[in-house]
Amino acid sequence: MRFFATGTILLLVVLFLLLPAGPAAAQEPVTDDEVNEIARELYCPVCENTPLDVCPTQACEDWRAEIRAQLSQGKSKNEIHQYFVERYGAKVLATPPQEGFNLIAWILPIGAVVIGAIFFGRYLKGLQEEKDLDETADSAQSTAPTPPPAATEDKYLSQVEKEVREG
Amino acid sequence: MIADLGFAAILIALLVALYAAIASVYGAQKDDARWAESGRNAIAIIFPLLLLASGLLISLLLRNDFSVRYVANVTSTEMPTYLKITALWGGQAGSLLFWNLLLSGFTAAAMLRKWDDQRELMPYAILVASITQIFFLALVVFVENPFARSAVIPAEGQGLNPLLRHPGMIIHPPMLYLGFTGFTIPYAFAMAALITGKLDDGWIRTTRRWTLVAWLFLSLGLILGGRWAYDVLGWGGYWAWDPVENASFIPWLAGTAFLHSVMIQEKRNMFKVWNMVLVVLTYLLVIYGTFIVRSGVISSVHSFAQSAVGPLFFGFLGIMLVFSAYWLLRRRDELASPNQLESLFSREAAFLFNNFVFLGILFATFWGTNYPIISELFTGERVTVGPPFYNSVNGPLFLILLLLMGVAPLTMWYRSSLKRIGMAARWPALGALGGVAIAFTIGVQSWGALLGLWVIAFSFILTVLEFWKGTRARMNRGESAWSAFSNLMGRNRRRYGGYWIHLGVLVMAFGIVGSYFFQQETQIRLQEGETARLGNYEMTFNGVRQFPGPDDLLIKEADLAISYNGNYVRDLTPRTELYTRTGQPMTIPSTRSTISEDFYVIMVSWENITATAATFRLYLNPLINWVWGGGFIFIFGTLIAAWPDPVEEKVSAATRARRRVRTQPAA
Repeated sequence: MRFFATGTILLLVVLFLLLPAGPAAAQEPVTDDEVNEIARELYCPVCENTPLDVCPTQACEDWRAEIRAQLSQGKSKNEIHQYFVERYGAKVLATPPQEGFNLIAWILPIGAVVIGAIFFGRYLKGLQEEKDLDETADSAQSTAPTPPPAATEDKYLSQVEKEVREG
Repeated sequence: MIADLGFAAILIALLVALYAAIASVYGAQKDDARWAESGRNAIAIIFPLLLLASGLLISLLLRNDFSVRYVANVTSTEMPTYLKITALWGGQAGSLLFWNLLLSGFTAAAMLRKWDDQRELMPYAILVASITQIFFLALVVFVENPFARSAVIPAEGQGLNPLLRHPGMIIHPPMLYLGFTGFTIPYAFAMAALITGKLDDGWIRTTRRWTLVAWLFLSLGLILGGRWAYDVLGWGGYWAWDPVENASFIPWLAGTAFLHSVMIQEKRNMFKVWNMVLVVLTYLLVIYGTFIVRSGVISSVHSFAQSAVGPLFFGFLGIMLVFSAYWLLRRRDELASPNQLESLFSREAAFLFNNFVFLGILFATFWGTNYPIISELFTGERVTVGPPFYNSVNGPLFLILLLLMGVAPLTMWYRSSLKRIGMAARWPALGALGGVAIAFTIGVQSWGALLGLWVIAFSFILTVLEFWKGTRARMNRGESAWSAFSNLMGRNRRRYGGYWIHLGVLVMAFGIVGSYFFQQETQIRLQEGETARLGNYEMTFNGVRQFPGPDDLLIKEADLAISYNGNYVRDLTPRTELYTRTGQPMTIPSTRSTISEDFYVIMVSWENITATAATFRLYLNPLINWVWGGGFIFIFGTLIAAWPDPVEEKVSAATRARRRVRTQPAA
């Protein structure tokens, strides 16, 4: 028991030491990398389809200054994103927000692939069953041409060898 | 005068295209070879007419004849000569003319080659190709006339869009356009087969060959576009899932699916309807892609200026959709196949699975590209669908494709045993696991990356083994190693060309995994003499030079000394260029490239008031050169597969001769 208690305390101490000094970071000047971290997931409203972190226009420079100002006030990434969405609409986000109507954007392609897979599987199975029926019929009549035998070890390769012999 | 002559040429070309359509169908209906041949001759004349028109437009561009509106829009007096020539495709009207030119070239080549071979199909193939040609010619004659006059003659032209002033302009757009227009030919032959009801193997051979040609150009266009983006767009990447990139990628996906599934038809005479659907889909997606790029309905960095062509494209797309669907439905029963799928573990099933995944990626990409319109329609709010969407939806599907690439060649036609596939895949799977273990010990911790690397290594080993098995089989018959290897490829171009393409894709995938999962970047403001660090690189800022460039350019170039592991390697000179007339800035990165990574620097800003500090963006892009290297292998493989095969040609000539002898008494 003592072993576990000491272990737990030790673990907690280590975890505590590992915790990033979150609130303290706000005191230091905001670096460009911190600004870009947030700007990367926002899109410039003026120049279409350009992420904010690489857009060279004046408007985007002002936006990055805004991000910097908000970061130095200690705002979180989500709060800053929210600020821009409220002001300029959902199109500033890199992807449609996963809520409301926009859920379709995410669900539909995944759903289509899944449903497609189900239908595709059924279709293949159907083809298989048809074939089984045919085969029973075939064996009953026993006159139908036999399907080609399952390829023995590398039919293709023996063909390659044959080519060499011939040519 | 020149402009009038140019307009006359495109007007005549339009009339000739109309005549070609009517004459060839009339000839086919009346079974009159003279009318059909007259239709063929007419379609062959369009190409020289459009060559003349394009030549005239180029001469106007070279003479800076700003009385022509298009010339004033895309050139300026001081622009370098090569850019003046490429300005032919630098704006809406000119590039539509260029599109017409390439389409007519393809059509002429396709109709003159092997005319005797496909006599029944040709008139209708001409009809379908000329319908497309008529639509695009009508656009340049009535809507976007490149020879139209300016109302007021400006003293100086606006010059080409700065983003297009790059040597990439010489080759990237022509390749892409060749790919796009080229897909009209397989569509024309497929529709001709549907209309005439001649659904034997003739159309599929012609269609496959032309699809491969168009596909080669489109692939080249896509790869070159990625390289261009990397060189000038200044965000350290090569593919952004931008709507216009998607617009050319989507038809590529459909074409790739077709190139795979067509093999089932050739070997097993199955899935004919499906192959028709894929040919039609590819063509419609080409038209759709052109519509997206040119109408401005979806915003993109590539967009042309707002234009009236949007609704016309939409209408044309609808007509071609109905036209294709009608004939497909009408011939549905004739296309049905008597053969069945023998096993789920067969080559044909593997190809079907491949098609399923390709269409999955196609659908997801199409959906993402169009979702902003859908959302605006239903909620009134526009949204952005950016790279994170495509990466998360398409990423897993691409992984499945890469896996199939390795496993599918192990399967046999008709059926193969799961046990045998397992035996053949066992050692490569373990070998790939060893490779992943090495990657793990050198610090690759991301699960996604490790999984990707395993699949890539696995499929790579299996593909190389395919070459090895074939070569060994020939060596067993007494050939030397080299001649066994080269004869193997020479005798089976499509198969081994395909494997080379697979190897190219796998090498590209390796580069993509590296640059996607392990890109590092930082942005920093440096005073003169200060040093920044990223990875093993150090970069010392030694000041900025400012000097005028050609035309109205003002260039600011930073001088950076780069060292790697503490040793000086070279200077890098990222720059910003300002087009002073329009005030448009460009950021040109500077890169140190090695096989393992690129150190890529952009100058973000330079405060020239103090003139001693500048802000830089530094990227470390691991393995990115593998993307380009893989691209070379890819194109090499496509050339092997597309090169006319003397053996195949001889065989098909012999079959044709036999068929002719057989059918003669009946006729």
